[in-house]
Amino acid sequence: MEHLNVSVSPHFFSKRTTQNIMLDVIIALMPALIASVIIFGWRSLLITVVCIACCVISEYVFRKICQKDNTISDLSAVITGMLLAFNLPVTIPVWQAIIGSITAIIVVKQLFGGIGQNFANPAITARIIMLVAFSGSMTSWTFSENSVDALSGATPLAAAAKGFSSGVDYMMLFLGDHGGCLGETCALAIILGGIYLLIRKVITWHIPVAFISTVAVMSFLCGKDPLYQILSGGLLLAAFFMATDYSTSPSTPWGKIIFGIGCGLITILIRVWGSLPEGVSYSILLMNILTPYISRLTRQKPLGALGGAKS
Amino acid sequence: MKLHGIKIPHLKNTADSAPQRIPIPKIITIPASMHIGKPAEILVKRGDTVKVGQLIGKADGFISSNIHSSVSGTVQKIDTMVTSNGVKISCAVIESDGKQELDEKIKPPFINDFDGFINAVKDSGVVGLGGAGFPSFAKLKIDDLARIETVVINAAECEPYITSDTRTMLDKNEYIYKGISAIKKYMNVRDFVIGIEKNKPSAIEKMKELALKDEHIRVHALPSMYPQGGEKVLVYNTLKKIIPQGGLPIDVGVIVINITTLAFIGEYLETGIPLVEKCVTIDGSAVKEPKNVIAPIGTPISDLIESAGGLKCEPAKVLYGGPMMGIAVPSMNEPVLKNTNAVIFMDKKEAAVPKTTACINCGACIAHCPFRLEPRSISLAYKAGNVGDLEKLCVDLCMECGCCSYVCPANRPLVQTNKLAKLKLREYLSYKKEMN
Repeated sequence: MEHLNVSVSPHFFSKRTTQNIMLDVIIALMPALIASVIIFGWRSLLITVVCIACCVISEYVFRKICQKDNTISDLSAVITGMLLAFNLPVTIPVWQAIIGSITAIIVVKQLFGGIGQNFANPAITARIIMLVAFSGSMTSWTFSENSVDALSGATPLAAAAKGFSSGVDYMMLFLGDHGGCLGETCALAIILGGIYLLIRKVITWHIPVAFISTVAVMSFLCGKDPLYQILSGGLLLAAFFMATDYSTSPSTPWGKIIFGIGCGLITILIRVWGSLPEGVSYSILLMNILTPYISRLTRQKPLGALGGAKS
Repeated sequence: MKLHGIKIPHLKNTADSAPQRIPIPKIITIPASMHIGKPAEILVKRGDTVKVGQLIGKADGFISSNIHSSVSGTVQKIDTMVTSNGVKISCAVIESDGKQELDEKIKPPFINDFDGFINAVKDSGVVGLGGAGFPSFAKLKIDDLARIETVVINAAECEPYITSDTRTMLDKNEYIYKGISAIKKYMNVRDFVIGIEKNKPSAIEKMKELALKDEHIRVHALPSMYPQGGEKVLVYNTLKKIIPQGGLPIDVGVIVINITTLAFIGEYLETGIPLVEKCVTIDGSAVKEPKNVIAPIGTPISDLIESAGGLKCEPAKVLYGGPMMGIAVPSMNEPVLKNTNAVIFMDKKEAAVPKTTACINCGACIAHCPFRLEPRSISLAYKAGNVGDLEKLCVDLCMECGCCSYVCPANRPLVQTNKLAKLKLREYLSYKKEMN
């Protein structure tokens, strides 16, 4: 009669799995996706779907070729696809989006061992690669024809960097009615998603708060309008969704704060003194590289430890 | 500083179930070791008649414990068995005559000083009944009594399902007080703190009544967060004292004793009946009517089920103790031990172990470890065979509470790896000592 399982304790497990954490992130990205369709038209949905499909397919094929367990069901490739799409202009040619997605999954993620092993954020790195490779189409901010307003021209940040007004006020920034990458413009939608992530405890407050407040303080010190700096560009999307990527950010509370401050500083340095209008992607990539060191240096002292845990 | 922990289902279904004695089992098996330390030396042989409370195994060495017969009857054989941690030990198999005659030699112990008290505790065969099974007299035998500032009474009972300590608090009030009084008298302690998790309001109420009787007793309500019953967690949360790495509670002037152990000591001083029966919570998804029962030590687990209305289905996993730190038994013939406070029968669904996937570096293990360890880093260091790192990561501090494995969304075997890492580190440290 007896076939008793004798596994070692614990015998209880939480219901939280990698898959449902990732599903929460996808849900949190939905408001931004809806906003992008309203602002930029149906083409933004097309780009997003293309990126997601390419990411998932390239992950599936790569794991298959390498004869490893397939990991597409953990949904992380879906998020990479969504975030990459959100960082592209709506006018991007589809073939470029496909190349970007394949780069993100295969070069940045899978070649390092797949989920949890990559040291750089796949969506951000792929975006930077595309920015170098397709600089023309990656910086053309024309709205598509079927969008609400037939606006065209520079992003608010690019305009501000050149020293003239973009004609965009706070309300337009907040609602996202201006030029930019397809998922980054609507601050309202991103903040809603961010709050959802915080409530569901997918992320903690440390990185977004440290990142955004550093940008605010630094832009004030540099004589820029803090609110304008926060609401424009990809800052909010990056602070809530990309800087908080588990694999590429520290996991201790102080490590997260240092990471966030570092991201904020580099962002402002690039925005104010760099030759590029936007520096969020570079700041995160640079801080990704420092993550292992930050994690080591901010190791918590275990309760009652005689030595220190730091190494 | 607040210690981390996890919110887990309480499942205290049996808190209102006053324990009832089960019918005396026909055959009982009493292992020579139900404690940490050396097994007892068995004194009886095949064919001997024994009575309830009769000494059948004598403590061998300082850290060891006496064992007593829990039934009256005949010794069928002296056998060997494999304990759940894989050690082969001898055991006495006794056939009960159903009369439950008490050994004539039993009488309340006569005590007039500290040594007498320690001897009485030793004779009683009591060990840490919260689950650890460390011989109580060895814990209480402190050379310099002036070092003891506080006795912390562990009534946290933080594991899901288990309610046997709750029942002790509700039903054995006067024995708890007797135990406290004895420690007060013979060990000269003036400060007692009872730590209870907030999810047991009626027990807290009862203990507060006790505190009204005696100004030296305090009741400390602990947050309902696992693992409040961990010794170091309990001492920190009640007294804000940190037990140093490799140290014992006495290093910070504290003795920690489980409430059921204490109540038993109180009871023994009055009756002189050694530890022969145990209140056991029977629960789990495969049990029809979860209940608390009193069972003779040595009762086969399979004999407990009938008292709890039988099983709903074939159990897939059976545990000694709670689901967080309990030990899965290989067979239903395993006996109830001195430190068995619950037997959990899990059905297939509850016993299912989720599939392990890749670590996503979410940091949940770090954020929930009560001792602020880094299970993820420990796993990596263990895999790489880097013992130096294991030492720096203080893996020896791990109390194996299982919070990390519980929260891990990738279901990685973190606490399991910590256990292996602790062994590896111990080997390395003793090797290092030898080399010096």
